Amino acid sequence: MQPVNKIAQRNQKYIFSKKNIKRLNQQKYLLLMSLPFVIWVIIFKYIPLWGWTMAFQQYIPGKGFFQQEWVGLKYFIIMFQDNYFYLVLRNTLAMSILSLIFGFTLPIVLAILLNEITKQTFKRMVQTISYLPHFVSWVIVASLFNKMLSIDDGVVNNILMALRIVEQPVQFMAKPNFFWGIVTFADVWKEIGWNSIIFLAAIAGISPELYESAMVDGAGRFKKIWHITLPGILPTVMVILIMSIGNLINIGFEKQFLMRNSLVRDYSDVLDLYILDYGISAGRWAFGTAAGMFKSLVSIILVFTANGISRKVAGIGIITK
Amino acid sequence: MKRMSAADIIFHTFNYLLMIILMIATLYPFLNVLAISLNNSIDTVKGGITIFPREFTFLNYAEIFKTKALLTSVIISVLRTIIGTFTGIISTAMVAFVISRHDFIARKAVTILYIITMYVSGGLIPEYMLIRNLRLTNNFLVYILPGLISAFNVIVIRSFIDGLPFELQESAKLDGANDLTIFFRIIFPLCTPAIATISLFIAVGQWNSWFDTYLYCSSNKKLTTLQFELQKILLSAQSSGQQDIYGSSDLAQKRVSPESLRMAMTVVATMPIVIVYPFVQKYFIKGLTLGAVKT
Repeated sequence: MQPVNKIAQRNQKYIFSKKNIKRLNQQKYLLLMSLPFVIWVIIFKYIPLWGWTMAFQQYIPGKGFFQQEWVGLKYFIIMFQDNYFYLVLRNTLAMSILSLIFGFTLPIVLAILLNEITKQTFKRMVQTISYLPHFVSWVIVASLFNKMLSIDDGVVNNILMALRIVEQPVQFMAKPNFFWGIVTFADVWKEIGWNSIIFLAAIAGISPELYESAMVDGAGRFKKIWHITLPGILPTVMVILIMSIGNLINIGFEKQFLMRNSLVRDYSDVLDLYILDYGISAGRWAFGTAAGMFKSLVSIILVFTANGISRKVAGIGIITK
Repeated sequence: MKRMSAADIIFHTFNYLLMIILMIATLYPFLNVLAISLNNSIDTVKGGITIFPREFTFLNYAEIFKTKALLTSVIISVLRTIIGTFTGIISTAMVAFVISRHDFIARKAVTILYIITMYVSGGLIPEYMLIRNLRLTNNFLVYILPGLISAFNVIVIRSFIDGLPFELQESAKLDGANDLTIFFRIIFPLCTPAIATISLFIAVGQWNSWFDTYLYCSSNKKLTTLQFELQKILLSAQSSGQQDIYGSSDLAQKRVSPESLRMAMTVVATMPIVIVYPFVQKYFIKGLTLGAVKT
């Protein structure tokens, strides 16, 4: 019997062995079902990756791949010598760090405060209302903020005038210094409720016995929050913090795109808008691709570094297979 | 049951007050815009509208449905949401199903192909060139095809399928069912909670997106979406005061100002979400925790 077994084993090594052909036949429907989506993912996700080669070419649309002139790192050098590039990099980092500071800590505070509310109906009402803005588009949020901050009959100016803090309505959207603050505020307004869900779930997972024994020991509300709630949600906090750091450069561009105007350009334009304005609107394809590639590479490095640190420090990795 | 100390009372007052402020801050902009959209636009200019309209009118809304470009945009938005969600969820679930099958010969290859897309993407310009080369610009399909599947959603549904007993599939197979039948008759119906959640996320994403219209379909008036039209009117308002981009020049005759029109459009764009939101809230939250389990 042994030789037969050996043949069978050897056969398994070949792709077109009898066993594999039989298996292919058995799985023809699975193959049929995956085929369109393999083609889809290659076309829509991998061909754009191949498009990175544009960054190293004097790219002219319409010409074949081999007819393009290769220029090496020319566009990267141009980019790193462009002052405007450093300006958009500053804006990107400034807004992402601001949103990391406020967009990350305030939902934790909200979750802790919500947890202290004993009236369940009231708690649920706050939750339902505060999750809502997460689901509306940035176009709508920009439209709402535009109205609220408007100089004619915007509620913010009305309040400031009524309290006599300002004499004249403030043109919020036209002040470059305000832009980072407005975008961060809009971001917090939109996401605070939604981002608190994960921390609320973490708080709900803390054993009630811990609180009971703390009560017996005479711990007050703040002591309980400090010694039980916060340590209890620390692993979740770490994971979310690390994920946010990984996404530091991917802050998107919708809010900046929708809230910017020509007066605040120096503070509003982020990397993606730089790519959009230079690459697509101005038709500098190769240059735009180089800038996009820079962004993707920084983002990948950040994600993997953050994940590595998280694995070491908290023993929790986000990247799972 | 519990005695309230003075510190407790202060804390609770402060806490409740803060939560009430949060709720007002969240709701007021929506209610204010709703009130303005229902108010006569000449009266609105006088100012002072808070959350109730002063001179009630539906004129601003009538203007949306009278302006052909806007009516078309509403229809396109609805169509892309329905078609995009339907095709998206079937595709996502199908990929999730094939990579959940441990016996599948190409399981690893397909899984890796999709997982990689979660970490790297070609970026704006290569994607733009691809869409152009595929002749998808000014084509309705650009709303459906490029964003058909998200790897993250695939993982969420796959982990749900992993939780179903495999014996179900085995016994169906003994009864002579093929994998296609197993998917449509057994797996898809059993995944309803996950499917519902992911469908909602896809639908919200479809309804809210405007950037694909901006990039690929802005020159075709028949294919613009409501969110894009709103973005257009918003940007024109920001850059040059109150400009009238829909050519409804005779204000006195139309009695609708661009600002009031924008407010009405904002309400129309928000409405579907606000209407379905209370009913589906639990699914949304379930979706978040579904994802959190895996990550």
